[in-house]
Amino acid sequence: MYRAIQTFLVALCLLVSCLATGLRAQEDIRPLVDALGAGGFPQKIEAVGALAASGDAKVAEILQNLSDGKLYAPKTGGAVYLEGPDAGSYVDVLTGMAVADVPGNLAKIRLNNGLRGAIGAALSQLTLLSPDRAARLAASQDLLKDANPDNLELLNSALAKEQDAEIKATMEAARAVIMLKTDASAEDKKAAIDMIAARGNRDALAILTAAMDNAPDDLKPAIQTNIDSINRSLAVWDVFQNIWYGLSLGSVLLLAAIGLAITFGVMGIINMAHGEMVMLGAYTTYVVQQTINTVAPGMSDYSLVFAVPAAFVFTGLVGIAIERSVIRWLYGRPLETLLATWGISLILQQAIRTIFGPTNRQVDNPSWMSGVFEIGGLSSTWNRLWIILFSLSVFVALLLLLKRSKFGLQMRAVTQNRRMASSMGIRTPWVDALTFGLGSGIAGMAGVALSQIDNVSPDLGQSYIIDSFMVVVFGGVGNLWGTLVGAFSLGIANKFLEPYAGAVLGKIIILILIILFIQRRPRGLFALKGRAIEQ
Amino acid sequence: MDEKPSKSLLYLDGVSVSFDGFKALNSLSFVVDPGELRAIIGPNGAGKTTMMDIITGKTRPDTGQVFFNGDIDLTKRDEAEIAQLGIGRKFQKPTVFESHTVWDNIELALNRNRGVFSTLFYRLSPTDKARIEEILETVRMTARKDDLAANLSHGQKQWLEIGMLLAQEPKLLLVDEPVAGMTDAETAETAILLKEIAKTRSVVVVEHDMGFIRDLGVKVTCLAEGSVLAEGSIDFVSNDPKVIENYLGR
Amino acid sequence: MIAQMLFSRHEKKTVWAIGLILLVAALVPLSNLLIPDGNFLHVPDHLVPLLGKYLCYALLALALDLVWGYCGILSLGHGAFFALGGYAMGMYLMRQIGDRGVYANPLLPDFMVFLNWNELPWYWYGFNHFAFAALMVFLVPGILAFVFGWFAFRSRVTGVYLSIITQAMTYALLLAFFRNEMGFGGNNGLTDFKEILGYNVQASGTRATLFAATAIALALALLLSSAIVRSKYGKVLVGVRDAESRTRFLGYRVENMKLFIFTVSAMMAGVAGALYVPQVGIINPGEFAPANSIEVVIWTAVGGRGTLIGPIIGAVLVNFGKSIFTAAFPEFWLFALGALFVATTLFLPKGVVGTVQQYLARRQEQKKADAIEKAYQEKASAKPDAALATLEPQAAE
Repeated sequence: MYRAIQTFLVALCLLVSCLATGLRAQEDIRPLVDALGAGGFPQKIEAVGALAASGDAKVAEILQNLSDGKLYAPKTGGAVYLEGPDAGSYVDVLTGMAVADVPGNLAKIRLNNGLRGAIGAALSQLTLLSPDRAARLAASQDLLKDANPDNLELLNSALAKEQDAEIKATMEAARAVIMLKTDASAEDKKAAIDMIAARGNRDALAILTAAMDNAPDDLKPAIQTNIDSINRSLAVWDVFQNIWYGLSLGSVLLLAAIGLAITFGVMGIINMAHGEMVMLGAYTTYVVQQTINTVAPGMSDYSLVFAVPAAFVFTGLVGIAIERSVIRWLYGRPLETLLATWGISLILQQAIRTIFGPTNRQVDNPSWMSGVFEIGGLSSTWNRLWIILFSLSVFVALLLLLKRSKFGLQMRAVTQNRRMASSMGIRTPWVDALTFGLGSGIAGMAGVALSQIDNVSPDLGQSYIIDSFMVVVFGGVGNLWGTLVGAFSLGIANKFLEPYAGAVLGKIIILILIILFIQRRPRGLFALKGRAIEQ
Repeated sequence: MDEKPSKSLLYLDGVSVSFDGFKALNSLSFVVDPGELRAIIGPNGAGKTTMMDIITGKTRPDTGQVFFNGDIDLTKRDEAEIAQLGIGRKFQKPTVFESHTVWDNIELALNRNRGVFSTLFYRLSPTDKARIEEILETVRMTARKDDLAANLSHGQKQWLEIGMLLAQEPKLLLVDEPVAGMTDAETAETAILLKEIAKTRSVVVVEHDMGFIRDLGVKVTCLAEGSVLAEGSIDFVSNDPKVIENYLGR
Repeated sequence: MIAQMLFSRHEKKTVWAIGLILLVAALVPLSNLLIPDGNFLHVPDHLVPLLGKYLCYALLALALDLVWGYCGILSLGHGAFFALGGYAMGMYLMRQIGDRGVYANPLLPDFMVFLNWNELPWYWYGFNHFAFAALMVFLVPGILAFVFGWFAFRSRVTGVYLSIITQAMTYALLLAFFRNEMGFGGNNGLTDFKEILGYNVQASGTRATLFAATAIALALALLLSSAIVRSKYGKVLVGVRDAESRTRFLGYRVENMKLFIFTVSAMMAGVAGALYVPQVGIINPGEFAPANSIEVVIWTAVGGRGTLIGPIIGAVLVNFGKSIFTAAFPEFWLFALGALFVATTLFLPKGVVGTVQQYLARRQEQKKADAIEKAYQEKASAKPDAALATLEPQAAE
C-alpha cells in the first residue's frame, strides 16, 4: 500500500513537474516574444535571434506570423498578440486562446528588410530539421549563404541525421564556410577550404574571396590556389554558357530566317511580310491554346503540339493567298515585291490589332517547357533546349523535303530554269504558290516557338524581320546550310559581345559587322560562284 | 613571261579559272595581233564568254597572264579602266540603254572624259556632234536617232550596240555572237560591217554560225573545255578530227 | 560653268513646277500673316507648319527619287539622313535654349543635367553657332552617305542587298540613338525648342518664314535635280540603272557615279530634316525607324519615280491623305497605307505622274502615226513606191 501510494505520488510529481516544465518553457519564451514588439528594428532583430536560439517548438510558427504581419503590440511596448479569426479580435501568441481584454493602442509590428532577413535566416535554421525535403534543402542553402557560426551546432546535429546526398553536400559546405569563420584548427580550415573549392561554382568563389581577407597567412596560398582554379573552370564554363545562350539565340534566328531562306533565297522574293507570318503563327498558338483550355482543359499542357501544325497550315494558306493575289504579278521585280509585301505586312498588323487588340496576349508555357536544368556550371531553362531542338528538326525536315521529295525536286527545277521546268510538265504557278506557302508556313511554326519566349503582340514580327534578312544575306542566299551557319554564328557572336558591350551596343556592332561583311562578300558566306548567278 | 611578244595586242598565257570546282578555263593561251580579225568557235561551256570576262576585267583568273598592248597587265585592272584603255565589248544579248534615245546612247559611248564632274558639266561640242552623226551613218541608224532604244528591233539593237562600241574608239573589240537572232540579210551585212571595222582595229568575234565565219574568212580559234583545241583557217580547223569530235560532229 | 549647268536645259514642266513652288512660298505666308482670320483666303496658323512638313517630306522624296528613280539604288535608309540633318538642327536649337531649360543650366541641355553629366560632350561643341549647325546639316548625312556608299558601291553591293544593308544602317542608328549614353537625348530626343536665330519658334512670323524657307529649298533642290538629271551625268545614271554592266564596259566608273548622287541625295535629305525639326518642334530616334524610310519609298512610287515632279506630288498627296485619315478613321490608316503599297506596285508601277506622261506620249505617238498614215494614203494614191520609202524607217520593226 505504501509502495502504491509512493508510486502514485512519484507519478503525480512527475506529471506535475512535467506540466510545470511545459508551462515554464512556454512562460520562458513569453518575454522573448514580447520583446518582438519593443524597441527599434535592431532590437527586434536581436529578439528574433534570441527567440530562434531558444529552440522552442512554437518559434517557427511565431516567426512565420511575424513575417506575415499578423502580430500586434502596443506602440509603447508590452505584450504581443496574434490577430484573431475575426476582424479586430486578438488571441494569445503562445496558446492561441482568445484574449478579450487587449490594450487599446495595438499596432501591427512593422517589418523592414533587415528584420525580414533575420526572420528568414532564423526560420531556415529551424527548418533544417523539418521532415519536408524541399524545406530542408532550402534551409541548408540559406544557411550556406548566411553562414552564421551561431548555427554550427544546429548544423552539426542536422548533418548527423541527414540522409539526402544533395542536402548533405550543401550542409557540409555550409559547415565548411562556418568553420572558416570560427577559430578552428588550421587542418580543419584547410579541409574546409577544399570542401568549398570542390563545389567549384560562383558561390564558392565568393566565399573563398571573402575568406581570403581574414584568413591566417599560412592558409592564404591554399585559398588563392583554389580561387585560381575555380576562376579557370568558371571561365571555361562561361564560354560554354555563352555558346549555349548563343545557340539558343541562334536557333530563334534560324527559325525566323529559315522560312525567309525559302522565299528570298530560293524564289528571290523580298518578303517584308515574313515577320507578320511569324506573328500570325504566334497568334495561332494563342487561339489554339485558348480553344484547348475551354474545350479540353486536361490537354492544355500539350496545346503546343496542336499549335505547330495549326500554325503551319494557317500561315501557309495565308502565304499561298498572298502569292496568288499579289506576288505572282511581280516575279523578276524584287524591289517591287519588297514594297508590296511591306504593304501586306501593314495590313496584317492592323488586322490583328483590330481583332485581338494592341496589347500583348498571354501564351502559357507548358509545364514541360518551364523550369531550369543544370549541367555542370551551365544552367538553362528548358524552353531554350526545346527551341533549339525544334529549330534543328524544322531545318532537317526542310532539308529532306527539298532534297528528297518530288515537290522539292520540282521546286529546285523551277528555281533553276522556269521555262524548262514548265515544258517538262511541271505546273510552275502551283510550285510557286506552294513554295511561298511553305516559307510562310515555316514562319508560322517559328511563331509558335517565339510565343514561348517573346510577347505575343501585333508588332512581334517587326522585331525579327531585319535580323532574319541579316541571317539569310550573311549566310549566303539560296543556301540553307548557309542560313544555319549564319544564324548560329550571329547568335553566338551576339552573346559573346553582350558582356562587353551591352545588349543594344552588341546588336549595333553585329549590324555594322554584317554591313561590312556584305561589302566584302556581297553574296554571303556560302556564295554560289559562277555565271548563272549573275543573270 | 619574258617571251611575251611586244607586238601582240592581246596576249593570254596559261589562264585558268574555276567556279566551285568547275574549270571554266584550263590553261588557255591566246594571242591577237594589232589589226587582226579573229573568230572564236566552240561548244557551249567551252569558256568563250568566260574568256571575254577575263579580258574585260569582270572575272579575275586564278592563274595565268593577260597583257594588253604589250605590257599592260589586265588582271590588275577593273572593267572601267580596261574599257578606257581601249577594249570594247559587245554582249551576247544586245545591251543598250533602253530608256535613252539612239543619239544619247552613242553620245554616252563617245570616248570622252568619263569622270563625274566632266559628265556633269559636259556640253555637246560640234566635233562630238559630227562624230555621233558619222557613227549613226555607219551603223545605218540616222533615221532613228530620236527614237528610244527600247523601241528598236533585236537586230537594230545589235547594230546600235556595235555603233556604241565604235564611238568608244577601242583598239580591240570583243564581239559575242553578233548575229544571233538576225535574218540572213542582216547577218551578211554584219559581216561586211565587222570587216570594215577590223580595218582600223583588232576584232575578236565569238560565233556559232559557221556560215557567218566563212563569210568573215579569217583565222579561227576553236575552244573546248577551257583551252584551245585548234587554230588556223576555217577549212583547216573544220577538218581537224578533234574539232569534229568535240564540236562540229555533234 | 556651274551657273550654266544649273540654268540651262530644263524641261518646261520643271520650270513651271519651280515657279509654282515659289508662288506657294510667297502666298501661304502672306495669306497667313496679312489676311485676317475668318477670311476665306486666310491660311490658319496650325496649317502653316503642317504644310511646311509636307514640303519637307516632298524634299526628302525628291532626294530619294534621285537615287532610286534615276540610278536604281533603292535606299531603305534615307530616313536616317533626314533624321541626322534633323538632329544637327535640333542640337543647334537645344543650345539656343540656354538657361531657360527646366534645370536652368546655361551650357548643358536638360537631359544631360538629368543624366548627371557635368560637361558638354565634344560633338556638341560648335552647335551654338547657326552657321556651324547648317554646315553639319550637309556634312553629317553627306559624310555618312559617302563612307557607306564608298564601301557598298566599290564592292558592288546592288539591288536588294543594298536595300537591306541600308535598312540595317538606319536600324543600327535607331538603336544607337535610343541609348542615353550617345548624348542625343535618348528615347525623348531633342525638344522644347525656344528660338531659332533669335526668333521664337512658336511665333507665327517665324513659322511663316520657315515655311517660305522650306518651299524655296524645295524649289532649289528641284532646280539642282533637274540640272543633274538633264546633264550627261544624269544620262549615265539612267544608264547605270538600266544596264549597269554596259555602263561599266563603256568605261564609266559606276561606283563613282553612284557615290556622287548618293551623297548629294543624302545631303538633300539632311536639309529636309533640318527644316522639318523647327516646324514640328521635336526630333527623336523614331525618325530612324526603318518603317519611316520605307514610307518615303511609297510617296515616291505613288507620285512616279524617275520623274522629278512625281515624288513631290506623291509626298504631298500621301501625307495629306494621312492627315485626313488619322483624324477621321485612325484605325484604318494602316489598312489604307498597306493597300496603297500593294495597289501602287500592282497597278501603277510608274506612279501618277509617270502614268500621265506615258499616256501623253502614247497620244503623241498615235498622232505621229496618224500623220504618217495620212501621208502614206496621200502619196499612195499618187506614187506607191515613194510612199513605202517614207514609211520604211518606222516600219523596220
